Amino acid sequence: MNCDVCKKNSATVFLTQIVDGKMQKVNLCESCSKEKGVTDPTGFALADLLLGLGAAQEIEKGTGVQKCPGCGFSQADFKKTGRLGCPQCYETFADALGTLIKQMHKGTEHTGKVPQRLVRTLERESHLKELQRNLRKAVASEDFESAATLRDKIREFDVPK
Amino acid sequence: MSIHNILLNTGEWLRGEGPHHQIVVSSRVRLARNVQKFSFPGWAKKTERLQILEAIKPRVEELPEMSDAFSVYSQDLSALEKQVLVERHLISREHAAKGVGSAVVMNKKQTLSIMINEEDHLRLQALRSGLQVKAVFKAIDKVDTALEEKLDFAFHAKLGYLTACPTNVGTGMRASAMLHLPALVMSEQINQVIQAVNKIGLAVRGLYGEGTEALGNLFQVSNQTTLGEKEEEIIARLHKVIEQIIEHEQNARANLLQKQATKLMDQVGRSYGLLRHAHSMNSKEALNLLSFMKLGIDLGFFNETCRQPIDELFMETQPAHLQKGTQQKLAADERDALRADIIRGKMNEFPHPDIGNVGKGPQPAE
Repeated sequence: MNCDVCKKNSATVFLTQIVDGKMQKVNLCESCSKEKGVTDPTGFALADLLLGLGAAQEIEKGTGVQKCPGCGFSQADFKKTGRLGCPQCYETFADALGTLIKQMHKGTEHTGKVPQRLVRTLERESHLKELQRNLRKAVASEDFESAATLRDKIREFDVPK
Repeated sequence: MSIHNILLNTGEWLRGEGPHHQIVVSSRVRLARNVQKFSFPGWAKKTERLQILEAIKPRVEELPEMSDAFSVYSQDLSALEKQVLVERHLISREHAAKGVGSAVVMNKKQTLSIMINEEDHLRLQALRSGLQVKAVFKAIDKVDTALEEKLDFAFHAKLGYLTACPTNVGTGMRASAMLHLPALVMSEQINQVIQAVNKIGLAVRGLYGEGTEALGNLFQVSNQTTLGEKEEEIIARLHKVIEQIIEHEQNARANLLQKQATKLMDQVGRSYGLLRHAHSMNSKEALNLLSFMKLGIDLGFFNETCRQPIDELFMETQPAHLQKGTQQKLAADERDALRADIIRGKMNEFPHPDIGNVGKGPQPAE
């Protein structure tokens, strides 16, 4: 990718600015960026302050101007506050957050407590999926006796326990 | 339960009981939890925050632990009342700044407090006196398990409990203990201890005061990271490190008694004199002098019956606690005069330091 100003050198500085919700992107080479004085266009971001230098850039790199579908939060908001918008943001900004979390914590995977009700729900769901898979197989192989049993079992699942 | 009952009675954790209570003032564990499908409190609009609050608050109030609870919306507390709760560590500074859309629920003994819509939807915390991080964790874990049956917590298979700030993701747990370490400060070993503790992933900071200044020789040790380790592992490590710090503090005390007994007696004697006779005292001076009184009691300069009044003064001389009795906001010099009055009143019956008993340990109560 070439520099937007001189159109000769390859760009090494990628500036993304969001003004009133509109995104502007400029790609610059080293010398043009110095010429334009684009060394720290956003000032000292709060995310940097909170999470170590370069944190805001990490967030930016992975996500572009993406907004979280869950809550409308953007990486610019993270820069401002150092906090995320909603639980879904962890998926939306997964790439960039991955790097941050790695720097911040001892490990990258949770090994501690798991909410039991959630586990039961997940187990139920996977059990249900297996029954449905078996049902399709039974129907395909014209094993209607098994299919009937499986169908009844699946019906039982709809009754909340 | 009303706010007046809470304000009048200090919590159980201030009673100065529990293992190693001479050095470990209190143990605390807090868990950050959020409910699925809602924005975090800092990003949610007011109507959403109110929705979250009304979804969570009844679930918290119906906990068996909260059968005799004090439950209040943030906007129904005055600034002074909030400040008292901050000084007792029942709510955070951040929570004290909240208005409509937030609440706090705490039990009568003030050992359990649940903030709703602080930085996260839920901040559950348990608090006890002495070195009890393990017991405190068990208590709060039980509350968390009960709430989990009723609320859909935001949980990620890989990242664990999801929190507004990525520094809390994983266990969402911050476990800490408040330590009184006057001998390590006097012998200038405290920085070494802090550095060593930092190296193993725990943070040490002064409880009061800014930056590295630790007023009253009170320090807080806590885990720094929340992802990659089980809760029990973090708690066990913290417990072990605190035991080691206690040992260092005890060694430093023995050493001071042996090699710098005069300096030590001078510090305690001066503190006694100032506290008993001063007519104006700011909170910084009070904390530092009370710290030497506390050390004096531990070392046997004073009768064990002096312990509770001194422990209480640590709390009662804090700015909001001072003003809660006066019903009005006081100027700094008025606070300093009132603080000195309260201290003199409480120490009125205190005998002189008993130099003859130095080094023989605390004197038993008669």
